[in-house]
Amino acid sequence: MSRTLSAPVTVAFDYTRSVGPVLGRFLTGLRDGHFIGARLSDGRVVVPPPEFDPVTHQATADFVDLPETGTVTSWTWVSEPVAGQPFDRPFAFALVTLDGATSPILHAVDVTSAAEVSTGMRVRARWAAERTGAITDVVFVPDALGVPTSEVEAAAQPARSLEQLTGIVTPVSLDYTYAASPEESAFFQGLSEGRILGQRCPACEKVYVPPRPACPVDGVPTVEEIELPDVGTVTTFCIVNVPFLGQKITPPYVSAYILLDGADIALQHLILEIPVEEVRMGLRVKAVWKPREEWGTTIENISHFAPTGEPDADFDTYKHHL
Amino acid sequence: MRDVAVVGFAQRQMQDFDGSPTCAELLIPIFAECYEQTGWTKKDVGFWCSGSSDYLAGRSFSFVSAIDAIGVLPPVNESHVEMDAAWALYEAWIKIQTGEVDTALVFGFGKASAGVLRRTLALQLDPYTLTPLWPDTVSIAALQARLGIDAGLWDEAAMAEVVNRSLSDAEKNEYAVRAGGSSVEDLLARPMYADPLRKHDAAPVTDGAAALVLAAGDRAREVRERPAWITGLAHHTDGLHFGTRDLTRSESAARAVAAAGGVDGVDVAELHAPFSHQELILRAELGLDAGVRINPSGGPLAGNPMFTGGAIRIGEAARRIWDGTADKALGHATSGPALQQNLVCVMETTSEGTGN
Repeated sequence: MSRTLSAPVTVAFDYTRSVGPVLGRFLTGLRDGHFIGARLSDGRVVVPPPEFDPVTHQATADFVDLPETGTVTSWTWVSEPVAGQPFDRPFAFALVTLDGATSPILHAVDVTSAAEVSTGMRVRARWAAERTGAITDVVFVPDALGVPTSEVEAAAQPARSLEQLTGIVTPVSLDYTYAASPEESAFFQGLSEGRILGQRCPACEKVYVPPRPACPVDGVPTVEEIELPDVGTVTTFCIVNVPFLGQKITPPYVSAYILLDGADIALQHLILEIPVEEVRMGLRVKAVWKPREEWGTTIENISHFAPTGEPDADFDTYKHHL
Repeated sequence: MRDVAVVGFAQRQMQDFDGSPTCAELLIPIFAECYEQTGWTKKDVGFWCSGSSDYLAGRSFSFVSAIDAIGVLPPVNESHVEMDAAWALYEAWIKIQTGEVDTALVFGFGKASAGVLRRTLALQLDPYTLTPLWPDTVSIAALQARLGIDAGLWDEAAMAEVVNRSLSDAEKNEYAVRAGGSSVEDLLARPMYADPLRKHDAAPVTDGAAALVLAAGDRAREVRERPAWITGLAHHTDGLHFGTRDLTRSESAARAVAAAGGVDGVDVAELHAPFSHQELILRAELGLDAGVRINPSGGPLAGNPMFTGGAIRIGEAARRIWDGTADKALGHATSGPALQQNLVCVMETTSEGTGN
């Protein structure tokens, strides 16, 4: 068995990004089904257009319409694609220099084997039927027809938007295998047996729960394991009145710091079975465990804390733990 | 300018660290080694600076948890960069130059194996026109490698020579996660992974942590007979857009080495080239001729923990000064896609006559 517990975790967020005048123009072009590049101060024609000239640092202003055909100037074969790439089966990433541009754009080429792509090969844009104004609105395909650019341009001049795009949403989602430290793992293993485990620092003798890899005061490993009771004192608390996504309890309810007897750091948990307005600093509380068959390696084995009925703790007993 | 030297170095590299993303448990023995090498306690360290990124392993504020390994009561003077710890070294060097502190401990950590590293690194690209395509690091490096091959600047055999020398040297490095040379022919016979790159052309995904100790003047002389005096230190960057860069070059590396005073007399260079062809680019940009020993440690192709792969190069170069095998050594670090950002640290046995 591994010395640590681990579990999959996905961290995801949809970034809403304003795009500004230069990228907005480029992305609007993609939505309309054509490429817009920029002519830089040194004469280079670059796509996507940089917002500022890399030499003069002036805002990009000289825009150039570019055709949807170009030449592969470098390529690689993506033998094991990762999530989010343009294809979920092997494909080519390439640097494609559009006709009339002097610098390449990085994008995907839809071919089914590495033998079908080569430096110098001619490619053409294949536009998505539904376009939003994103770099993913297009991929490149081999230009098997070999139609001269000028004829294609004359044949199909896409409509131009009057309204320029001002913002895009770029979702980011990352998958991890998240491991607890050996000390945190011991804590969660303990919970699966109904025990609350902490560790004592050999230097300052403070008891940390959950235990940490090192005492943050002394920077030494906290090796001595301490089993703590499931009874403690509310040191501070807040009444949650605001609803939020994923909330499991109907507000108002109390989230509190609970200093377990013998511990030097408070645990955060819920206080239930008492009207919210009666929760107070010094309130003595005890863990209410879920039925044993529902236990896992999680703090959620403790449903919440509830008042013990004892007299409140004296302020002096927890004043150093606020 | 104050004379500042690298006087301590400790590292760990592994394929798959099974601990927490904060790596605090990995940093404790590394700091202990730094204390042992210097004879210091944490009270002797005037400034702490770390390099790491939460994106690597999905733990928020991991750099805050990591300082548990220092012990921060009373509070310590501390900072962090979201870059390789080589850039944390740069910040620490500046801090010492200001005169505010005389000593610094620089560290970095990362658990790259927790995610899909080549995918996670797409987040360092332009978020409007590149990240939505999730171009992975290996693909980007492969596009760069082919540009050079097509231009006749290098070939697959030259790349394989870099790999063979690196993995042969790595046999003597206890921290290497990939080691064992064979021959150019054998390497070229292996299958393509991201054509024209084979798996051995890319640094292995590596977990790890490392620390470097800096000291000024007499504080450095107290620690080592031959401190590795920093006589040149500079970092530069190239643009964000691939379209505006010549990917067969690393102009920022050339600017950095020029700003660091050049490579005249350099015996040993530790280059942070996570892909074999990138070493060829760097050798040309830095002006390192055939007489300079490159990556005696085995270099990043033998182990490249994210956020310390560059700092380790500086530590390995400094070690050659300490042990007398070099009088002048160069440590290089890179960050960003396709050698976008580059730092050069030149170290010598003496700080005299450098203007530093």
